[in-house]
Amino acid sequence: MTDLHWLPEIPDWRARLRGLAKKTDGIWDEAVALANGRVNFVLTNALDEQLRRLISTPPDGLAAKPVRLAILGSSTLTHLLPAIRVAGVRRGIWIDTYENDFGQYIQELSEPDSALHAFKPTMALLALDAHDLTAGVTAAMDNDTAAAALDEVCDRIRATWRLARETLRCPILQQAALPVHLPVLGNNEHRAAGSRATFVERLNTRLRGMAEEEGVDLLAIDDRAARDGLRVWHDPGLWHRAKQEVAHGAAPMYGDLVGRWIAAKLGRSFKCLVLDLDNTVWGGVIGDDGMEGIELGQGSPLGEAYAAFQNYTRELSRRGVILAVCSKNDEANAIEPFEKHPDMVLRRSDISSFVANWSDKAGNIRAIAQELNIGLDSLVFIDDNPFERNLVRQELPMVAVPEVSDDPTAYPIALSDAGYFEGLSITDEDRERTGQYQGNKARDALKASVTDLPAYLRGLEMQLVWKPFDRVGLQRIVQLINKSNQFNLTTRRYTDEDAIAVMADPDAFGLQLRLLDRFGDNGVIAIAVGRIQANKDLLIDTWLMSCRVLGRQVEPTTLNLIAQQARKLGARRLIGVYIPTKKNGMVREHYVKLGFSVVETDPSGGSRAVLDLADFQPAETFIHVTEG
Amino acid sequence: MATEAEIYADLTTIFNDVFLRDDMVLTPALNAKDVQGWDSFKQIEIIMASEEKWKLRFTTRELDTLKCVGDLVATIAAKTA
Repeated sequence: MTDLHWLPEIPDWRARLRGLAKKTDGIWDEAVALANGRVNFVLTNALDEQLRRLISTPPDGLAAKPVRLAILGSSTLTHLLPAIRVAGVRRGIWIDTYENDFGQYIQELSEPDSALHAFKPTMALLALDAHDLTAGVTAAMDNDTAAAALDEVCDRIRATWRLARETLRCPILQQAALPVHLPVLGNNEHRAAGSRATFVERLNTRLRGMAEEEGVDLLAIDDRAARDGLRVWHDPGLWHRAKQEVAHGAAPMYGDLVGRWIAAKLGRSFKCLVLDLDNTVWGGVIGDDGMEGIELGQGSPLGEAYAAFQNYTRELSRRGVILAVCSKNDEANAIEPFEKHPDMVLRRSDISSFVANWSDKAGNIRAIAQELNIGLDSLVFIDDNPFERNLVRQELPMVAVPEVSDDPTAYPIALSDAGYFEGLSITDEDRERTGQYQGNKARDALKASVTDLPAYLRGLEMQLVWKPFDRVGLQRIVQLINKSNQFNLTTRRYTDEDAIAVMADPDAFGLQLRLLDRFGDNGVIAIAVGRIQANKDLLIDTWLMSCRVLGRQVEPTTLNLIAQQARKLGARRLIGVYIPTKKNGMVREHYVKLGFSVVETDPSGGSRAVLDLADFQPAETFIHVTEG
Repeated sequence: MATEAEIYADLTTIFNDVFLRDDMVLTPALNAKDVQGWDSFKQIEIIMASEEKWKLRFTTRELDTLKCVGDLVATIAAKTA
């Protein structure tokens, strides 16, 4: 698979590409946005062609210096150039490319008045194909002859590097040989010294050593092809037809690998990984499920997968990537596993900035960048929740947000395949980095967020589907009632029979609320139970909600429904009760925020609040309500 | 199995993407001489995009016999049948 699978699908991509031509300003920014959608090679070429028609020179004000990349090789590379340029756009880098005349790279390097020198490259990629590199190598060779042939090829490459360095005076990227040759011996191919497959493997090993000696960097397409499968990287038919060694389908990935190297050379690799916690770093919701309830570590495949993801992030941090946490949680709940859970791989000391509160994540990510004193464009944010991912993408387009499923086995692969943190070496400073950021930590109160939440919510096309309690929903209703701890006003637990009793009670209603949006179905996310009293007050026995949908106007919309049901039962007033627990501090002010008046408080912090239905006007929200 | 009409519709999207247009009208007789910019590179792009779209691989012989859009559609229809 050579898909850029970590990039999100942009539904109106084609329309936006066409729209590019009608823009007078903001063309570059829009192109950057389109380059950050999931594009195949056709769309990559289309974006490149469209952009180059509109802008022929680097736009002003780019953060990174424009790059002039010479691509030198012995086969056809033209089809890879758009993907390289678009990989630059993806990172906000303008790249101009030059490809030598077919097979003429040595001549062009040697002649000072060649078109190559006129191009004045600032970086060079040496993309030698495996057929050229193995010319004359055959299985008839004995060990010594094959070794001599390998020496000769290595000497030739080393001489090319030196020539390039001398004449171009720029950084050099050497493409590893693509292992396109088929074995002739089999499992023990390595014993056939003159086999082209063996030759390429040995050459790639030698290249790595030589690159160290000569200060050249490597483009490891051999490793990438091993991960994606050689079949998607190389098509023998295409080689025979057009001398293209890298298949078109792999071009976007090839271009991205080059783009990463360029970004790393310019010091523009991402620096910090911001982690969501619930269902990202562990399974479940810590505030509801508690330390014993979250899935993590030995005992379940899912728990082990979360631990493996943590392990990968810790490895990243040990080679210099800064880790941060951005979670919707009470801070004490969020920190507890880091300090006390035996299966946590990450510890509090691994996290350089730890933000857990109920504010929107875009605002919190700004605060993290500020606290760490690094640019927002050096942050990667990983979250299982599509709502949060898209909010951050919309509000902070410079933050990288990998598209992931809810399967934790995919998280390390997404981070690795995306190459966000491409590095060229590890320094002692890298190994100590987390310590440094810990050292100068001083948490400011979070700045007031400037996130444009209403605009985002409007675009979500949210739909709340409500239903009375029913047998079909019983299992989920009871589960939600018994495991919600945080957004739960009374924390009353129900058995199946209790819930069935509500269905049968003419003086009561039980509501199950399902939320859908353009990212999909969030399932049943809220429950409300009301009961009419003899005095025509409607007592809200139970009101709870999954914290996953907090801040999406579900609360006022639910109140509209409760009021509607209460009126049907002839109620004049709503009575809301708050019973405090260790975990439900977040809803202490719930009823006041919704316009209730507190009429009673008790020493434990509990309260009783009233809303007169005669004056009640249903709140206007961005949620479309339907009965299911 | 894709019908001819479906193949024409999806190929039109591919051609529009490849030639950066939104007004391509595909007919069976349409060939490289009729479309500005339809060179050997674009030809390969169309072929590779079709392989990706219909999850198939054209043989070298099949590719050698493609002379016009009608040939391509017929080959795709035969291979997806």
